[in-house]
Amino acid sequence: MATTEVPPPSVPVHPDDAADHERHEQLEAVWGDPPGILGFFKTVDHKRIGIRYIYTSFIFFFIAGLLALVMRAQLAQPNGTVLGPQSYNEFFTMHGTTMIFLFNTPVLAGFGNYLLPMQIGTRDMAFPRLNAFSFWIFVLSGIFLYSSFVFGKAPDGGWFAYTPLTDRVYSGGVNLDFWGLAVIFTGISTTVGAINFLVTTFKLRAPGMTLNRLPIYVWSMVVFSFMVLFAVPVVTTAAGLLELDRLFGTQFFVPAHGGSTLLYQHLFWFWGHPEVYILFVPATGMVSLIIPVFARRALAGYIWIVTALVAVGFISFGVWVHHMFATGVPSLAMSFFSAASLIITIPSGIQFFAWIATMWRGVVKLTTPMLFMIGFLLIFLLGGISGVMVSVLPFDWQVTDSYFVVAHFHYVLNGAVVFPIFGALYFWLPKMTGRMLSERLGRWSFWTMFIGFNLAFFPMHILGFLGMPRRIYTYPGGLGWDTLNLIVSIGSLVFALGTLLTLINFFWSRTRGEHALPNPWSADTLEWATTSPPPDWNFEAIPLVESRHPLWDQQPLPVCASEPGPGLEALGPEGALARTTPFTTGLRAEPADTMHIPEATYLPFILAVGVAVIIVGLLIDAVLVGVLGLAIGGVGLLRWAWRTGEH
Amino acid sequence: MTTTDPAVGRPEAPGLVYSPPVPLLVPVPPPPPAKRRGYSTGFWGIALVITTESMIFLALLASYFFLRATSHQWPPPGIEKPDLQTGWIFSVVLIGSSIPVLWAEVAIARGKVGQLRAGLMISFLMGTAFLLYTYDDFQKLHFGWKDNAYASIFYVTVGLHSLHVLAGLLISLVTQVKAWLGLFDAEHHVSVQIFSLYWHFVDGVWIFVFSSLFLSAHIR
Repeated sequence: MATTEVPPPSVPVHPDDAADHERHEQLEAVWGDPPGILGFFKTVDHKRIGIRYIYTSFIFFFIAGLLALVMRAQLAQPNGTVLGPQSYNEFFTMHGTTMIFLFNTPVLAGFGNYLLPMQIGTRDMAFPRLNAFSFWIFVLSGIFLYSSFVFGKAPDGGWFAYTPLTDRVYSGGVNLDFWGLAVIFTGISTTVGAINFLVTTFKLRAPGMTLNRLPIYVWSMVVFSFMVLFAVPVVTTAAGLLELDRLFGTQFFVPAHGGSTLLYQHLFWFWGHPEVYILFVPATGMVSLIIPVFARRALAGYIWIVTALVAVGFISFGVWVHHMFATGVPSLAMSFFSAASLIITIPSGIQFFAWIATMWRGVVKLTTPMLFMIGFLLIFLLGGISGVMVSVLPFDWQVTDSYFVVAHFHYVLNGAVVFPIFGALYFWLPKMTGRMLSERLGRWSFWTMFIGFNLAFFPMHILGFLGMPRRIYTYPGGLGWDTLNLIVSIGSLVFALGTLLTLINFFWSRTRGEHALPNPWSADTLEWATTSPPPDWNFEAIPLVESRHPLWDQQPLPVCASEPGPGLEALGPEGALARTTPFTTGLRAEPADTMHIPEATYLPFILAVGVAVIIVGLLIDAVLVGVLGLAIGGVGLLRWAWRTGEH
Repeated sequence: MTTTDPAVGRPEAPGLVYSPPVPLLVPVPPPPPAKRRGYSTGFWGIALVITTESMIFLALLASYFFLRATSHQWPPPGIEKPDLQTGWIFSVVLIGSSIPVLWAEVAIARGKVGQLRAGLMISFLMGTAFLLYTYDDFQKLHFGWKDNAYASIFYVTVGLHSLHVLAGLLISLVTQVKAWLGLFDAEHHVSVQIFSLYWHFVDGVWIFVFSSLFLSAHIR
């Protein structure tokens, strides 16, 4: 077979003739951003936004990781003196809050932003401006939350901020207000993103991409988005009511005036448990996409995995009370939620066996992304087993609020989410930056992370059995905890070094890495049909999909031509020149209409600043600032509403 | 076998063969439909906004019943049950205001701009009447939202709904200005569809809020 590399003709990188060159320049003029710093604030391109999402959330990942390292330094020995109790409280609160709200959720949204439109074969998201808006909201909420450190008023009530500890009587300062407002703030970003993913998936797929040809990762983002839509408003309500109690003196969570502290826990965990799966489901979507590529065969049990994903989405809304087994809820309710928590392991098990079957029947190539996938399988197995253990009532009563629980949720949230994300970095960064990462450094990074991870978190199970409670800032010697704690601290350092190796690898690759081919891994999904990095318009002509694995089954990949008629104008290169993308029907993906993609604009940034000013106004209790924010946001919104559709 | 990649200028990795797609400009198999099909992205967007906002109201109503279930007397001593008489009337006004919107939407689909303007205006007036009633109702309440949990959940739920009515009225204003400027015709009226759906949502939520906070308080 000829291996002469020629760039795909639909996206000429090095145009051979003048006509190609001219067309390329026209496309650049239509799709490119305004140059310089102005263009930075105006962009609505899903790839730039996606990459910014990923980079920004990794900044938060490393900050929150540093917080964890300082905490482990404090706990490495009995009677540590690195941190005082107040700082320790602030550190663990910020560590958890950052990892959930500012790393895990947005990094997955970032990958979704980058990959989803390309995997379904379209030129941008359904709402490009809202996409930019949700990114700016995320950045500003992160800055808002971290500004609390500057004022020495970081939140200190734990990442779930239980009342009555967090009400205005027992937590007087603005510390918890930073937390509550930031939760509401990031919720806007996540919700807007979810709406965008759903409409994009159901209305912008390439012709022929029926629902049963949807890449599994896109399915996982669909489930993610539906779960976000139903879960996030409830935590917004919880944080909103908490803030009303704190700022305006309402009595929702004050038992002396008819309020209920348990109500807060119900509202919080009604979001909190689905949230675990909100993070986990897209991670499994990545796994289901990456494993088949390196097992060199199609995923085993596609239908089963999709069904399992949807089932997880539903069942995860029926398990939240297992976080509250020790609060004295009625025993009938506890039995129900315990049973539901056991049942949810079945769909997860189905996925697990499908991954094993895929590797079993395939020819596994142990590249770095694949190593991270296999590492994920092992870690997820342990995290899943400890999850089954804590869903059993008597066991939960023994270990609740101990280090066993800390070990469990780090195995699932750190291990089973962060490992796929690192694998995804090695897999997709070549597409994003156009440079391959170093395999050798990648392997070092994986093994360091894997060993460090287990060294850091496995002994925590035993510490839990030995009675070490979570959230203590120090402990006396001689309780049998000393050695294990030292091992945990060393492990956390090793794990951190492993992540650092990937960071170094990333910077190394930017200048020294091999140039990435359009499809360096011989993968099957449509993002690999573009150059690395892809052009602003993704696809000059929209591909015609006839298979679940277009790049495996459809060689050469057919692309559509523009024709007169509703929905057909945008299919070919003429559609790209007109800055449009086809609009297809929800189930069968037949062309139905043409969508114009909005030009770059300041509106999303202005609106996000307006929201941020309102939030700051609430924090410092200044009506004028709030009104100013409303004015900024109102003007932006009005302008936006005016332009919507122009008709 | 290694060959040099002319585009990138480096040897190609063995085993990772990329064969480029030949541009086959093929006609799309399904025959082109005569008419544009399906709702716009904006319509689906607002439908999902409504989905997620419904969850906020669901959370608030669930909180209402949770607080009620954990208290001995509901409403708490010293607070009388919510007044139903004017409530009924204005509930009918608000829910009825969906009808002119439906009428207007059907009209614009047939290109009748005059009917659209009239329908939007009538529903706007009905919505405004409801908002004034809510304001008046709040003025008459003899308890403040800091008094107890009942007062808090009552103020916040009804208040949040009023904010939604206000938002609906503002969207209506933008849509009406566009209607008077003649921006809509039978083919292009996404803004009308968006407003219509949102307004039905605002009305529909009131059925649940009214049943829970007003009617159910009278049930023992």
